[in-house]
Amino acid sequence: MYRIVKRKQLAPAIVLLEVEAPAVAAKVEPGQFVIVHMDEHSERIPLTVMDFDRERGTITIVIQDVGYSSCMINLMQEGTAFQDFVGPLGTASEIENLGTVVCIGGGLGIAPVHPIARALKAAGNHVISVLGSRSADLLILEEEMRAVSDEVVIATNDGSLGVQGFVTDGLAHILAQGTKVNAIWAIGPMIMMKAVVEYTRPLGIKTIVSLNPIMVDGTGMCGACRVSVGNETKFACVDGPEFDGHLVDFDLAMQRLNYYKDEENRAKAHGMCGIEGGHH
Amino acid sequence: MALKVPRHDMPCQDPLQRAHNFDEVTLGYAEETAIEEAQRCLQCKNPTCRVGCPVEVLIPDFIKKVAEGDFLAAAAVLKVKNSLPAVCGRVCPQESQCESQCVLGKKGEPVAIGRLERFVADYEIKFGESRFEKPESSGKRVAIIGGGPAGLACAGDLAKAGHGVTVFEALHVAGGVLMYGIPQFRLPKEVVQTEINNLKKMGVEILTNQVVGKVTSVDELMDNGYDAVFIGTGAGLPYFMGIPGENLLGVYSANEFLTRTNLMKGYKFPEYATPVKVGKKVAVLGAGNVAMDAARTSLRLGAEDVYIVYRRSRDEMPARKEELEHAEEEGIQFRLLTNPVQLNGDERSWVKSMTCLRYELGEPDASGRRSPVAVKGSEFDMEVDTVVVAIGQGPNPLVTTSTPGLELNKRGNIVADPETLATSKPGVFAGGDIVTGAATVILAMGAGKKAAAAMDVYLKSR
Repeated sequence: MYRIVKRKQLAPAIVLLEVEAPAVAAKVEPGQFVIVHMDEHSERIPLTVMDFDRERGTITIVIQDVGYSSCMINLMQEGTAFQDFVGPLGTASEIENLGTVVCIGGGLGIAPVHPIARALKAAGNHVISVLGSRSADLLILEEEMRAVSDEVVIATNDGSLGVQGFVTDGLAHILAQGTKVNAIWAIGPMIMMKAVVEYTRPLGIKTIVSLNPIMVDGTGMCGACRVSVGNETKFACVDGPEFDGHLVDFDLAMQRLNYYKDEENRAKAHGMCGIEGGHH
Repeated sequence: MALKVPRHDMPCQDPLQRAHNFDEVTLGYAEETAIEEAQRCLQCKNPTCRVGCPVEVLIPDFIKKVAEGDFLAAAAVLKVKNSLPAVCGRVCPQESQCESQCVLGKKGEPVAIGRLERFVADYEIKFGESRFEKPESSGKRVAIIGGGPAGLACAGDLAKAGHGVTVFEALHVAGGVLMYGIPQFRLPKEVVQTEINNLKKMGVEILTNQVVGKVTSVDELMDNGYDAVFIGTGAGLPYFMGIPGENLLGVYSANEFLTRTNLMKGYKFPEYATPVKVGKKVAVLGAGNVAMDAARTSLRLGAEDVYIVYRRSRDEMPARKEELEHAEEEGIQFRLLTNPVQLNGDERSWVKSMTCLRYELGEPDASGRRSPVAVKGSEFDMEVDTVVVAIGQGPNPLVTTSTPGLELNKRGNIVADPETLATSKPGVFAGGDIVTGAATVILAMGAGKKAAAAMDVYLKSR
């Protein structure tokens, strides 16, 4: 069993969980993910890693209540445990000194960007982070991101904090200052990543995205996570999760995410998350 | 006298009823039937049936005990060579193995060896008291990567020989294809877990959630005190056709479709939270056992029309005869000499039809089968809303690519000595689908046993 040693509510419907998984913590690198399985009746869910502590033997994940299974996990308390916690999965980010890099995290996507930004900074990059959320109260991990970035730009849709608009507006703000950006990591909702790559495509800035499609095993066995990258089919679980954003077919990826929408609603109607989960 | 008694049928659920439930299709022999069937065995002095068995089960010996009505003694004999008899009795292709060699089969019908094996194994599960005398410890430790048929068979034999055995399984339960692939209605998961629990009682340690190649590696295992390693990671990488439209919604690999249904118990959704979705018209591409499993699963999940789409003819279908018959009885429709060239989607990217070509059989190809040739201008559209691709699997590269010094062939399978299953890396053995490419459960088990024998020699020589 994999015990939750710390639970922290980061924002409405967003929870941080620090989980005991020493073997995973010993090996995980920025950019990789884990699969969690609460109990026998649950789904296996892929989650990106927000942080890891090799000495404490823990992995920190951040989860947003967006559906039945994520809602069930959000209800888990300190001291309870996952039946299964598998990782590290996927390939690690290619960390090297590129010069100036921008790390964009949108919403929950700030969590997986955090260890990547930290590693990029440690490798000698000048790290500018762009954090986006709908409004100031939904912004997560600002302090943690400031600690691993040289500069931080915040963009909120309603303008309650930082630049008003989307993360692309935050990026525009950086570029308008004449900063030469060598590479960008952008992680967040598909629609956000698509907007970023469309923005950077004409500028010719290398943009890496991290995809989080539907998965089952996470080891290349089922193929549920296949995505089209440069017109080739790739498995996000073993070939990714990071890809060159300019090659990803985001429209298809977004449609594939909706595959089980009806079932999601049926599951909610069935379980306790349907009765009281009010964040959908 | 005995020759006149016909082979005994095994009772089955009615096809029309079973096509809508996940309960086991075949029901097993009653005690009296088992004894009568066992009495048909001629007890040949030189039993050819054993030659046909990849794990060399002591066939006439266990059948003799059945004929005498001593079922627990029969089980003990069976288990000398086979640590998973309840599984093998259900999923082995006996018709092309032991039963194909049975002398009775020359003029009539062979002894129903598989059905007897299943009967005995089930009887033991129900009434037996599994007792194991732990052998003296050899002090050696073995790591087995992959808890499927090859790994489990290897684990059982090595444990019997006194070695400390740890199985590293990537999924959350051991069993491999027995758990994720073969459906409940053909191989109840409770049966698999009972057999695995028996291995645990023998001292085999099973660690789940261990993705070797990620959380640890072969080299690390060797450094951490394992004296030898067996790689039995199987054929876990699904092949697709490489035609346009395969990423449309409603298109599954058979692996995904069956894993959702079997391993994650999607057929019990929403009691189990993993959904599996099937439409009204399902096309399963391929004609092996996996294709039959996917087709019959689709029917049970509520599909109205289920098609097996295959570019060759009936004679070339690789599935077991029994599986084909069961599928047909349940109403699976065969669309032979037909193959899709493109999958077509609607405006939301859901698959709605397949553009297919008709084929005819031409000259025999390298495999000796007549090769299918597309008929020019034969394009037609077939309306479907779900497609399951069941055209085979390749080797999963997670372990092989993380193990320096391990020789692979062009297809990415591990190169192993045919006799000892030793790889190019000292102390590392491999067997099952990761060596041969996708084959059967029993061949994988045979390889696991063969490797165990060689590993025992290797370990004792050190």
